[in-house]
Amino acid sequence: MAAAESSDSEEEDLVSYGSALQPLQEGERIKKPVPLQEQTVKDAKGRYQRFHGAFTGGFSAGYFNTVGTKEGWTPSAFVSSRQKRADRTTLGPEDFMDEEDLSEFGIAPKDITTTDDFASKAKDRIKEKARQIAGVIAPIPGTTAFDDLIGPSKITVGVELLRKMGWKEGQGIGPRVKRKPCRQKPDPTVKIYGCALPPGLSEGSEDEEDEYQPENVTFAPKDVMPVDLTPKENVHGLGYKGLDPSQALFGASGREHLNLFTGGSEETSNLLGDLRHSKGRKLGITGQAFGVGALEEEDDDIYATDTLSKYDTVLKDEEPGDGLYGWTAPKQYKSKKRPERDFKYIGKVLAGFSLASKSSAPVKIYPPPSLPRNYRPFHYFRPVLVAGNENCHLQKALQESTGKLESGPAHQSRHALNAAQRREQLGETELKGPAPSILEYLCEKDRERLKEVKQASEQQMKAKMESQQAANSRLQSASPEDAALKWRTLLEGQLADAGSSDFKPFAKNPEKQKRYENFVKSLKQGEKVETLERFLDPNMTEWERGREQEEFCRAAMFYRSSNSTLSSRFTRAKYEDDVDKVEVPRDQENDIDDKETAVKMKMFGKLTRDTFEWHPDKLLCKRFNVRDPYPDSSVVGLPKVKRDKYSVFNFLTVPEPTTSVTQATTKKIQESNSVNKPKKSSRWDVSDKEKEKKDSISEFISLARSKAENQQQPPVPATEQCGTGTTESLPTVVADEDKNREEESGRPPMDLFKAIFVSSSDEKSSSSEEESDEEQQPTTSERQSETTKQVDMPDSSSSNLQGTVTATTDPGISSLPASKRELDATEEFGPKLPPAFSSGTTWQQQTVVPATFPGPSRKEKHRKIRERHKTKKERKRKKEKKNKPN
Amino acid sequence: MAFPSPRPARPELPRQRVQTLQCGQGAVRAARFNADGNYCLTCGSDKTLKLWNPHKGTALRTYQGHGYEVLDAAGSFDNSQICSGGADKAVALWDVTTGQVVRKYRGHAGKVNCVQFNQESTVIVSGSIDSTVRCWDCRSRRPDPVQLLDEAKDGISSVKLSAHEILTGSVDGRVRRYDLRAGQLCSDYIGTPITSVCFSKDGQCVLAASLDSTLRLLDKDTGELLGEYTGHTSTTYRLDCVLNEQDTHVGCASEDGHVYFWDLLEGSLALSLPVGQGVVQSLAFHPRLSCLLVATQGQVTLWREDSFQPGGGDPDT
Repeated sequence: MAAAESSDSEEEDLVSYGSALQPLQEGERIKKPVPLQEQTVKDAKGRYQRFHGAFTGGFSAGYFNTVGTKEGWTPSAFVSSRQKRADRTTLGPEDFMDEEDLSEFGIAPKDITTTDDFASKAKDRIKEKARQIAGVIAPIPGTTAFDDLIGPSKITVGVELLRKMGWKEGQGIGPRVKRKPCRQKPDPTVKIYGCALPPGLSEGSEDEEDEYQPENVTFAPKDVMPVDLTPKENVHGLGYKGLDPSQALFGASGREHLNLFTGGSEETSNLLGDLRHSKGRKLGITGQAFGVGALEEEDDDIYATDTLSKYDTVLKDEEPGDGLYGWTAPKQYKSKKRPERDFKYIGKVLAGFSLASKSSAPVKIYPPPSLPRNYRPFHYFRPVLVAGNENCHLQKALQESTGKLESGPAHQSRHALNAAQRREQLGETELKGPAPSILEYLCEKDRERLKEVKQASEQQMKAKMESQQAANSRLQSASPEDAALKWRTLLEGQLADAGSSDFKPFAKNPEKQKRYENFVKSLKQGEKVETLERFLDPNMTEWERGREQEEFCRAAMFYRSSNSTLSSRFTRAKYEDDVDKVEVPRDQENDIDDKETAVKMKMFGKLTRDTFEWHPDKLLCKRFNVRDPYPDSSVVGLPKVKRDKYSVFNFLTVPEPTTSVTQATTKKIQESNSVNKPKKSSRWDVSDKEKEKKDSISEFISLARSKAENQQQPPVPATEQCGTGTTESLPTVVADEDKNREEESGRPPMDLFKAIFVSSSDEKSSSSEEESDEEQQPTTSERQSETTKQVDMPDSSSSNLQGTVTATTDPGISSLPASKRELDATEEFGPKLPPAFSSGTTWQQQTVVPATFPGPSRKEKHRKIRERHKTKKERKRKKEKKNKPN
Repeated sequence: MAFPSPRPARPELPRQRVQTLQCGQGAVRAARFNADGNYCLTCGSDKTLKLWNPHKGTALRTYQGHGYEVLDAAGSFDNSQICSGGADKAVALWDVTTGQVVRKYRGHAGKVNCVQFNQESTVIVSGSIDSTVRCWDCRSRRPDPVQLLDEAKDGISSVKLSAHEILTGSVDGRVRRYDLRAGQLCSDYIGTPITSVCFSKDGQCVLAASLDSTLRLLDKDTGELLGEYTGHTSTTYRLDCVLNEQDTHVGCASEDGHVYFWDLLEGSLALSLPVGQGVVQSLAFHPRLSCLLVATQGQVTLWREDSFQPGGGDPDT
C-alpha cells in the first residue's frame, strides 16, 4: 500500500484493491503470527469448533457429534393425546438440529436471504429477449419493464467485488486503455493493399470516430463476449448446421403462430425477426444439395457458376435477415402447386417451335414370343450312329442289352475284349483268385460226375434247341437280335388282345405312349412286327428305335388284358420316384444252386455262408449296449447302391438253366425253359424282383418235379394230374406254359384263388349236399391220423397256397423224394401252425369267456372249410393210391 | 487234504409228467418260460395270453387284447412286462400286473410268428410271415420300428436274441445272424424252410430245425455243420427245437405226438417222450432245471427228471 501511495503521488493511474491495514504506531512491534497448531476456531457461542473426521475437516454436529446435550436426548414429556389431540405437535427435522444450523450460514438458515433465482447476474441475452417478448405479448404490455426497476438486491460476490473495484456493467475487465488518435480515420488517399478489413473489426470504432477524443482520457476495455468453447464432435463442415425441421419445413404451424400476432404491434415483427421472412415461403425441402426438383420452374441455378463471393469468409454470429444461418440450401426458391405438364411445357417452348396439336402415334411394342409350356432351355445333341461307327462302348452296350455277346471277334477292338480274352491272346495263365464256382471246391470224383451230368443235359438242350430252330426258320439267324426275334414271333401269335386301353406303361411320356398305342393297335390288326417300324419315332437313331420296339413288345406282352383288372386296383404314385435309378442291395445272396449242392453234400461252412456288411441302427446299438460298429456311416441295414435302370437291365441277365444240378431233364421242361428264357432277360422282369424270384423258384420246382416224375414210374398220368393241379392254383409256377398260355390269358386271376374253394377233382363236380353229408360224419379217427388243415383267412392267397401244398404233402404221396417236398414247401408262406384241436373234447369242455370266443357262425365256416379240405385230400390220396400200382 | 470236488451229476432228461395245465384257450400256440423259469406264458388261439405258475399248476392272469390268435410271447428279464405277437399282425407290450396293453406296435404286414425281448427288455424283436424282422423300441413312443431287417426272402419263423446278436430262421431256408457288435450279417443256407432256431447256452452254436425233419447244429462263427439229428417228423408245421439246460442234449417237437431228445455230441437218439396224440405244438426248456414245458392241443404239460419229487414244492431245490 505504501508503494501505492507513493506511486499515487507520481502516477494516478494505479488501481488500489482492498481496504488498507491500520498503520503501525510508533514503537509497536509487529505481532508474531499465530502458529498453525494454535489457531482455533470458535463457534458463535464461543465454543471451540471441533474439527474431526476426514483430515479434520468434517462436519460437526450435536454434542461431540453424538446428541444434543451432555445428558443425551432429552425425552419430551409425555402428553396424553386424549386431552391434547388437536394441537399435537409433529416433530420436524428442525427439532433435532443445533441452533447454529439454523443461522445464516447453517444448513437450514432461518433468516431471509436472496436466493440465486433473484440474484442479479450477467444478463442472458436469450432470456432477456424472451422477457421482452413476454412483455409485449402479455395482456398489459410493458409490465415486465418494471422488473428491471426492481432490481435484485443480491448480486454475486464476483460482481460485487468487480463493482467495488470500479467496474461497470457493459465494460470489459482490465486496466483502462487510451485510444490512439492514429486509429481514428484512415486516410482516403492512402491506398490499402491486401485484404479489406472485415467490417466487424471496424464496427466498434465507428461511433467513436465521430466523437471527440481528448488526449488524456482513458477508456475501459471493450467487453468481450466469451468464446464458445464447445468442442466439435461431428464430422460436418465448419459452421454447418443440419436441416432444422422447424426452419426447413416452416409451414402451417409457424404461420399459425404468426397469424396470432398479426394484430399485435409493429414491435412483434421486429422482435421476431428470424421468423418474419418465412411469411412468403412455401412448404418443401429444397436446396442445391438436392438438385432441382422436377416440378421446379427455375432450373437455371443448376448451371450457376460458383463464385467466392457467395461464401462467407467471416464467422458471424448471425446472418442478417435471412435467418438461415448455416443453411446450405439455395436461398431463393419457389415451390409450386403441381402444374399440368402441358402448361409447364408451354412455358418453355423454344422460339420457332410450336406445340403439337395431337400426340404422336404410340410406339408399337412387340412382345417376346411365348414359349411352349414344356420348353427347357437346353439343347442336347442326339447321338447319331453312323453305320460302321467304331464306337465300341456303344456296341458293347448293344450286345449286352440283347443278352448275347457277338461272337465275331474280327472287328473287335482292343477295348472290347474282356480280361479273359486278352489273357488268352497274350497266352497268360489264369490267375488263382477266389474260386468262381463250387466246382473248385469239389473233389475230383464229384467234379467228374457233375461234368457228365452237365454234358448230358447240355446235349439234350442242344438237341432241343436245334429241333426248335428247325421248326422256326426265323430263329436260325444267330444274330444278337435273336432274343428279340423270338419275342416278336411270340408276340405275333399272342398279342391279339394286348395293350388294353386303360393300361399306360409310358404315361410319363405322352408321345411314347401314343406311339405305343398305335403300335399295339396295328399289332392287333395282325400286322407283322417288322412292318410296324413306321410307328416309331423317326427322329431316333436306329439303335434307339430297335430298343423301343423291343420295349413295346415286352410291354404289350406283359400287360395283357388280365392285368387291366389288376391295374384298376392301383392308383398312380403321388410322388414321382427316381425314374432312372433303382436302389439295389450291394451284395446279394446268390447262386443258390451251388449252395444246394453243398447242402446235399453236407458241406456246410464256407460254401453255404454269405457274410455281408450290415449296419445296425444307432439306436439299436444303444439299446443293446453295443458300440456302433460303423460310427461314421449313415447307412442302415445292408449298404445299397444306386444303379442305372438300364444297367440293371444289363447286369441282371438270364440265369442259365441250372444244368449242373439237373440229373435228368425231360424235353418238356426244356421247352418251358427255353420259352421262359427271353422273358427273363426282359427289363420288365428284372425291375420286378418278385417275378424274378418266382421264376427261379418255379424253375426249381419244375426241375424237382421232373425228377420225381422220372423216379416214379408212371409218368404220363401223374404228370398230367400234377400239372393241371398246379396250373390251376399257381399261375406263376406253371411248368408247361406253352400249353396253357392261351387259357390263362383269358382267365381272370380270381378264378385261381377261387379254385381252392371248389372241389378240384375233375370227375366229381361236388355238390354242397354231398359235402355237408361228409361233414356230418364224425371222422375223428381221420383227424388223429392225418393232419387237419387250419385255414386262417379264407380269401387270402396264403391259405390257398397252403391248401395246395398240403395236398401234395399228403401221406399218400410221401413216397415222393424229399427234394420235391422241400421245394413244394417253399411255395408257401411258411410252416403252418398245428391244428387248433384234434380231440376237441379237451378244451371244449372248458368254459370259455364268450366275449373273446369267435362267433359260432364263423367257427362253423372254418370247420366247413377244413372239412372240405379234408375231403379233397381224401380223394386225392385215393387217386394216388390208384395210380401207384400202375 | 482236499476233498475231491463232487462229480457233476449226469444230466437227466425230463421223463416224468409233473403237471398238466388245462389252458382252456383253444389251441396253445406257444408255451414259454419266463426269464427265471418260475412262470410260464401260454399263447392261445382264442386271442388270449395266460400267465401260469407251471410248477404249482395255477393260472395267474389272463391277458386279453389281441385281435386274433396269439402266436408267441416272451417275458422281460424283470418280469414286469410281456411282449406278444399274434395273427392280428400286431406286437403287444403288456404290463404284467395290470394286465393292460402298454403299447401295440403295428407295422407288420402279416402274422407275427415270433417275438423276443433283448437282454434289457428295451427292444422287442419280432418276426413275421411278411419276411421282415422288426426291432421295436420300448423306451420311446415312436410308432415305427427302430430297424427293419428285410433281408429274408420269405417268412420269418423264428427269432432268437443273444446279447449282441439277432438270429432269425426263415422259410427261404436260411439262418441269418445279425451281429450288432461286428456289424455283420451271416447268412447260412440250409435249403429247407427253417421252423425254429436257437442259440446254445454257451453262445457258440446255433441249432436250426427245418421242414426236412432234421435238426442241424451249426458252428456260429464258421457256419460248419457240427451235428445232424433226425428221427422225428417235421414236414408241415412250425415246431420248436430246444437245447437242454446244460447243452448236452437237443430236443425237438414232432408231429407224431412225441418230443425227441438227442445227445448233442453223439447225435444218437436219447429219448422219445410220448406227450400226446396230436402234434406237439410248442416246447420250452427251463433255463436252469431239467424241466420241460410241452404244449399239445389245448393243454400244457410240465415234465421233470425222474429223480424229481413232486411234493418238493419249490422248483429251485
